[in-house]
Amino acid sequence: MSFKELLNSDKFLITAEIGPPKGVDIEPMLSKAMALKGKVDAINITDQQSSVMRLGSLAGCCILKREGMETIFQVTCRDRNRIALQSDLLSAFVLGLENVLCLTGDYVGLGDHPQAKGVFDLDSVSLLQAARQLEQGYDLAGNELTGKPCFCLGATVTPGADPLEPQLIKMDKKIKMGARFIQTQAVFDLCRFKSFMHNARRLNNRVKIMAGILLLTKAKMATYIDKNIPGIVVPPIFIDQLEASPEASTLKTGIEIAGQLIRQIHEEKVCDGVHIMAIGKEEMIPEILASAGF
Amino acid sequence: MIISAQKEFEEILRSLEQETTIFLVGCNGCAEACQTGGEKQILKMLELLEREGKTISGSLIVDFLCDKTLIKVKLKAYEAQIIKADSLLVMTCGIGVQATAAVVDKPVHPACNTINIGGSRGEWRGEERCAECGDCLLDFTGGICPLTACTKGLINGPCGGAANGKCEFEPEVRECGWQLIYERLQKLKQMDKLAIILDPKDYSKMQPPPYLRSTVMWSLEQIAEETPVK
Ligand code: SF4
Ligand code: SF4
Repeated sequence: MSFKELLNSDKFLITAEIGPPKGVDIEPMLSKAMALKGKVDAINITDQQSSVMRLGSLAGCCILKREGMETIFQVTCRDRNRIALQSDLLSAFVLGLENVLCLTGDYVGLGDHPQAKGVFDLDSVSLLQAARQLEQGYDLAGNELTGKPCFCLGATVTPGADPLEPQLIKMDKKIKMGARFIQTQAVFDLCRFKSFMHNARRLNNRVKIMAGILLLTKAKMATYIDKNIPGIVVPPIFIDQLEASPEASTLKTGIEIAGQLIRQIHEEKVCDGVHIMAIGKEEMIPEILASAGF
Repeated sequence: MIISAQKEFEEILRSLEQETTIFLVGCNGCAEACQTGGEKQILKMLELLEREGKTISGSLIVDFLCDKTLIKVKLKAYEAQIIKADSLLVMTCGIGVQATAAVVDKPVHPACNTINIGGSRGEWRGEERCAECGDCLLDFTGGICPLTACTKGLINGPCGGAANGKCEFEPEVRECGWQLIYERLQKLKQMDKLAIILDPKDYSKMQPPPYLRSTVMWSLEQIAEETPVK
């Protein structure tokens, strides 16, 4: 079943993301993806994640698609104006990619080309609007297209943001503009996430929400994320677990934490699925899934 | 207020390599405020250039160098000194440099870099900045400009990057503009405005109308078009 069809089912959705290479050696990306075949419902290929220049998401998705995998094309507003964004959406469609995740994108100053001009001609809401307008046979300027593309649109949210209200209002705008699935920023504190879900469900109970699961590899990483990444709180119990485990097995502990979170989200039906982010350690995703009981 | 910063002296010197006699121009407006082109900086520059063997034929500080008519009249009184000079060194924002270049027939060199990230134009000296977008959104955002207050210029609400009210980029110095907008709208009891979906901005509106962009040639063309050909 395609990812789009799965959105209409009751299946617990599992997606994972892979960062394309900085360069043209696609072998590692491909082998990491191949290891996920049959284990996840779709694979996101990130779009210049953290504003670091790499191979594009469009190319990455195409390569995976060729190998028979379901992909999610990630598009940020940071690097392209509305002409290029719409053109890339059309390109994606003719290349057989229908799942698109629309994001704002990190600020350019955070990446490896801080000299670059941040574009942000559109924002995540108007990017969805553009995609929807293309589906209706028109571009953003109202010009008619020959043939209509058809997408399965997604968006993101930071469920741990404080205050949460503006995030919820913006998520609602994204749903109104056609987002059918939401992949969230990393979740560790399930208590807090449940209260987010409660609010989100009140807004809309049809959109599929997938909790972001980030693989922690070291206690140091967990502390860093807790302190520096907006909207992510890592409960001290996880940091303690990582600290207590011997040097050689912290990764194993991280995998268990991720697995345990997924298992709990699944068993308690907290939301509709999970989106696994194992930055730089994507080869561990099958193990995470195994430890979650999948 | 237009923010400028002085270029490295070495760079200025390189730009004056071909010339020996220089006329200095400063500004008592923003450049004075930024300490890049006021009296103090002119005197300092004069000293530094003379030390490098240059001759300064004269100097002038105009109240607002962005006022082209004013410069024209002011420079007229210094005609003899300007004629003597090989070039002019203008210690102001880019507008002042261009305005001077438009009224004298001599090479004009900029001594400053105009810094304007986030659009700090206009006379107002407070935090409120305008990027001159041509289609004001302040009504939706509690009177805080989303284009300049938000680092990414987002108009439909915050990205997911803010923490403790600070922007994901340079949190030590940047407030999250959308946090400020949110708090302001809450205070104004206008939270419903946050739910309004704004269309993508029309950046063509940043273009001034044709008559403001006009050149003498353009005006002549218009007149020619109006006159029916017999
Ligand atoms: S919305 Fe546009 S016109 Fe209004 S303050 Fe901001 S940049 Fe200026
Ligand atoms: S953190 Fe706030 S100010 Fe910074 S880019 Fe995001 S919304 Fe804009």
